[in-house]
Amino acid sequence: MPYQRVKFYQTGTFTVGNRLLDESNRTVQAGMDRTNSLNSGHRACQGCGEALGARYALDAVMRATHQQMVAVNATGCLEVFSSPYPESAWQIPWLHSLFGNAPAVASGVAAALRAKGRKDVRVIAQGGDGATVDIGFGCLSGMFERNDDVLYVCYDNEAYMNTGVQRSGSTPPRAWTNTTQAVGVDPGNPMGIGKNLPRIAMAHGIPYVATASVADLHDLEAKVTKAMNFRGARYIHIHVPCPLGWKSDPAHTIKVARLAVESGLFPLIEAEGGEVTDRTPIRKQVPVEQYLELQGRFKHLFHPRDERALEAIQAIADANIHRYQLLPVKA
Amino acid sequence: MKHHIEGSQAVAHAIALCRPEVMACYPISPQTHIVETLSRKVKAGEIGNCQFLNVESEFGALSVLIGASAMGARTYTATTSQGLLFMAEAVYNAAGLGLPIVMTIANRAIGAPINIWNDHSDSMSMRDAGWIQLFAEDNQEAVDLHIQAFRLAEELSCPVMVCMDGYILTHAYEVVDLPTQEQVDGYLPAFEPVQVLDPQDPVSIGAMVGPEAFAEVRYLAHDKHLRALEAIPRLSQAFQDIFQRRSGGLLKAYHTDEAETILLALGSVNGTIKDAVDDLRKEGWPVGSLALCAFRPFPSHALRHVVQDAKRIIVFEKDLAVGKGGIVSSDVKMALRGLPTIVDTVIAGLGGRPIPKASVINTVKQACLEGLEEPHFLDLNWDAINRELTRQQAQRRSGPTAENILREIGAPGASPI
Ligand SMILES: Cc1ncc(C[n+]2csc(CCOP(=O)(O)OP(=O)(O)O)c2C)c(N)n1
Ligand code: SF4
Ligand SMILES: [Mg+2]
Repeated sequence: MPYQRVKFYQTGTFTVGNRLLDESNRTVQAGMDRTNSLNSGHRACQGCGEALGARYALDAVMRATHQQMVAVNATGCLEVFSSPYPESAWQIPWLHSLFGNAPAVASGVAAALRAKGRKDVRVIAQGGDGATVDIGFGCLSGMFERNDDVLYVCYDNEAYMNTGVQRSGSTPPRAWTNTTQAVGVDPGNPMGIGKNLPRIAMAHGIPYVATASVADLHDLEAKVTKAMNFRGARYIHIHVPCPLGWKSDPAHTIKVARLAVESGLFPLIEAEGGEVTDRTPIRKQVPVEQYLELQGRFKHLFHPRDERALEAIQAIADANIHRYQLLPVKA
Repeated sequence: MKHHIEGSQAVAHAIALCRPEVMACYPISPQTHIVETLSRKVKAGEIGNCQFLNVESEFGALSVLIGASAMGARTYTATTSQGLLFMAEAVYNAAGLGLPIVMTIANRAIGAPINIWNDHSDSMSMRDAGWIQLFAEDNQEAVDLHIQAFRLAEELSCPVMVCMDGYILTHAYEVVDLPTQEQVDGYLPAFEPVQVLDPQDPVSIGAMVGPEAFAEVRYLAHDKHLRALEAIPRLSQAFQDIFQRRSGGLLKAYHTDEAETILLALGSVNGTIKDAVDDLRKEGWPVGSLALCAFRPFPSHALRHVVQDAKRIIVFEKDLAVGKGGIVSSDVKMALRGLPTIVDTVIAGLGGRPIPKASVINTVKQACLEGLEEPHFLDLNWDAINRELTRQQAQRRSGPTAENILREIGAPGASPI
């Protein structure tokens, strides 16, 4: 009988691949008892990586804490698409204060729980890259430095999306945004600027730091679950493609995210107490071009081809691969 | 029991008796002695299980309290001046969310030029943020107002600032009757939040509200302040019943009956003003004075009631609405609309400039005999100002104004121009 071979990249999702795993290894989302911390009916764009990442992250926290949790949210797409009264999509106690203070607000929730002697309820804070690496950076560093018992999750879509796609300190080199236009000499975001928050978080020596991607949701859930085994400040930085800001096809969100990982541009790592403890190896490195060309925000690098930029971006991926030894070392 | 004690220490003592659960603080003069003392009390285990967080900024401090208060904890911080401005966004947010946080403002000027001394520019900058603002006249009242503030804040679910003059009160040693734990416990019930982050009953707090409902939500914030106008005197009376002394309330009148001229002010300068009133009355001037304890909500009706028969109100205020003049006096004028009462603005005490009794007396006499220009600046060095203005006209690159003025007044060390 003729048959077609089907490739399952992702074991452990709600799709058929999940059945390949034993019960204990299946994803939170695959379970019949999944909690839907972020309910359907919110207003995110089609293919929004942030909505996907947030639901997986928070459902994993809910499972890990037996639903004894509080979430603090920074201003940004996630807050706006999920919450407008009276249609809040949140099934958990949820607090939004400001754009730049989510880490401090979460520290306050944790302090109140400490004062009341409640160890059962856990706190997470979440925000976009702008809220995290830019405007909330002082509060975040303070929360880390005091080792407050908070898991902070950053959904990195590499720009200020909620205000209409402007550059943040996490916008990649040469990317178009509305404040780094694709005009003039070296169009797009300048090369050689920006910050790497996972490494800065590690430098605080906090108990746990990880990067994750919506390309590997099982890994994302596992890291969130692991983070909840620690007390003290923890940080997870999740790469979440934004079809609107990246000018990519909403159907390509997972594909784009996967190419970021497989090119080496977004390494998946874990660190404890400031030292890298694990990384997800790349089976086969793909050239960065394959990642870039799916996104309209990099279109100007291909029409005409900007070899210098493409080489420089490739060099960043190669450096990541070298730093975290993402490829099997050749004999 | 009566103690000879520094204002900051006395306030820290009172805060501790109020059993706060979370405090987050960031140092700034002249607030430091309060938070230093509280940090010691927490570490020494004198405030139960209270958590004291040393945070990275005032913005962080108030943000921590927003989270803690939403989690149902009694919260406290103190700041002033630049620190209050640094937390401004969170100041509005805490009020908008209706979180009953109590904060001491050790009133201080706002730079530039940087200046650490007392005036009321800082709390005035936040007067419309939705916080209740109470002003202490002396350190006894500062202590008492903090205890009342927690009860008021929690009853209304509205944050309260207790304003006490920087250095003049915070660093002054006075005899203060420090309350006992039993008295405070008898006055201040445990905090029962109206909204709380509870996994058993999850709610979303702080979500977006559009044009269809925003105005109604804002009105309800205003309504809280209207209710505070009733609650403030009631809680002051309840305080008196337990502590056997009168403190707080909306305003305090001094010889206002049959006074033709009433001096009005906020905070510690009321001590000087009452002395001036005594002297003027001895000379036969029909004057009285009024201390505003509550500035937000603004006690328009109570004020109108007290001053309606007076001919003239002279508002002494330690702030300046640049380009306009008085802040307090504008509110007073609004409260007295329709009455023939003259309201004068005297801008005084900026950046710690003393307000001597003699200057107050002279200003009152001048107002009554000749009238005052609007606004009137107390004890301003017009010669230095005019020389500097002339210089600025003559020379485009005239240099930093602040340094030039110091030269003009011949400050020691300033080279002549
Ligand atoms: C103090 C302050 N400055 C600016 C804004 C406007 N603002 C709201 S959301 C946002 C962008 C959020 O970007 P990010 O944190 O990356 O989240 P995203 O929307 O991309 O998920 C900005 C600039 C604000 N709300 N508050
Ligand atoms: S703009 Fe981007 S981040 Fe925001 S909801 Fe749309 S896809 Fe998601
Ligand atoms: Mg973003």
